[in-house]
Amino acid sequence: MEELVTLTLPHLPLHPLFLSLFTNLENASFLRQQLLDGNQEFEYAFLDARMLLSENHVLAACFRALNDWQRGRLRSRNVHSEIVFSLSPNNNIAESFRRFGISDTTTDLLAIKVSTSSEFTAESVRTHLSQHVQADSVLFSDEAIRRGADLARIRKVYKAGGDGGKVNGAAGTGGGAALDGVEGFILGTMALKGS
Amino acid sequence: MPRALSITTHNASLGEAPLTPEWHSRTVASETAAHKMSFTAVPTASNSYQLNDSNEVQPLHSLPPPFTTTSSPGQTSSTKLIRQGAEALLYYTHFLSPSLPCALKYRPPKSYRHPILDKRLTRARILAEARVLVRCKREGVSVPAVLGAGWEEGWIAIEWVNGSTVRDAIFGRKTWRQENQASYEGGEKDLVGLMHKIGCAVGKLHQVGVIHGDLTTSNLMLRPTVSGAEGGEEPSATSAATPFDGTITLIDFGLAAQSSQEEDRAVDLYVLERAFGSTHPEVEHLFPEVLKAYGESYKGAKVVLRKLEDVRMRGRKKSMIG
Repeated sequence: MEELVTLTLPHLPLHPLFLSLFTNLENASFLRQQLLDGNQEFEYAFLDARMLLSENHVLAACFRALNDWQRGRLRSRNVHSEIVFSLSPNNNIAESFRRFGISDTTTDLLAIKVSTSSEFTAESVRTHLSQHVQADSVLFSDEAIRRGADLARIRKVYKAGGDGGKVNGAAGTGGGAALDGVEGFILGTMALKGS
Repeated sequence: MPRALSITTHNASLGEAPLTPEWHSRTVASETAAHKMSFTAVPTASNSYQLNDSNEVQPLHSLPPPFTTTSSPGQTSSTKLIRQGAEALLYYTHFLSPSLPCALKYRPPKSYRHPILDKRLTRARILAEARVLVRCKREGVSVPAVLGAGWEEGWIAIEWVNGSTVRDAIFGRKTWRQENQASYEGGEKDLVGLMHKIGCAVGKLHQVGVIHGDLTTSNLMLRPTVSGAEGGEEPSATSAATPFDGTITLIDFGLAAQSSQEEDRAVDLYVLERAFGSTHPEVEHLFPEVLKAYGESYKGAKVVLRKLEDVRMRGRKKSMIG
């Protein structure tokens, strides 16, 4: 049974998000090939879950992509690729896909589908994903994302320094406190990209 | 002069108030490139909210998309106006998830400015504030996080800070003491502790090269300490509960700048000193405690305190022009 979560971002109620988290992914190269081929059926944001810090991190990327899409200022092909691009701290699209997108070696995958039209429902997305993704399904949650996050690599990609501060080295590393330390810095970096 | 002509027609289509001729020519001279660029940019769909009903002053409560409440059925989170400043409106709303409260700062278009100049100023100010906040976050200064920004539309979503302002905490000190007679005998120890925390917080801010620009007790928040891991700046001396528990968090960076000059730092302290004098005259005698803690907070602080003496003699403005 595929675990699929439907979330609606505040202020963007018309476009719900369908999120599905997987582990032990076996056919990463197949999924990646579908993206490279531009297969319309596979219009998802396929993210390497190890590069995701928290639920807010994911949602911030989604908000940025959806908002830019609605304002007509997408930088990449569609709103789904824009989610991957939004995560990146710089403006290099190819690099953002290498770092945050699915690669042939990805084992932890977060698939996001934006409900761009009413033909996509939680049921249709769930069915499609279960047919094509060979992996174990995990319920998407802040906790699950944090558990799988590769903090050292995320820090490096965002150039977040040691512990978000020199003096406060010891404090705030637990990652439990909301928006303290790295998370707040990363969300800010993403929000300011392209300014 | 064909350019001036084209801009006049542009204004007419916008329905803005006519500009005086000399003002006009000055703008044209200094911002020709920007005119050209934004000229085509203005009438796109993304900016259409600015262009509706001509000749009418924009209602203050119209937020830019996606925060327009009209087109959102089943909206779980409400957006409400909580404060209005000289340049911006502050709303309370939710961002990213219904459980994440945020402060939405919106700088509405000012109809008294030329629309192109207005856009540029708004954009510059939104970005300046956001960049300073992100920089503080990276360096570990206690500030709210930036959650999102729309510099074209003039909004910035900032993490909501719980707790009260230092201003309200000082005003509420008497009531607090009456309700908690237990620690009444502490004298002014609680206030001294507060002053110490403020000095450290401002020191930390200056250390990372940021000037707040508007340090008042209303722009200092006391964020309740949630977990035991936080609060490294707290003085270890006071362990008993006081009305001033929590971490000092700086807010409102609308006038902030990035600078490491002693002069700017000293002026920042001077503004805070004057704010204390006028808002809390009864605790002004404890302000030296702020400076004491500040002086010990980072390496260059002592020089700034000496500079502060100069600033006190002459006031905030260095040059007496303007």
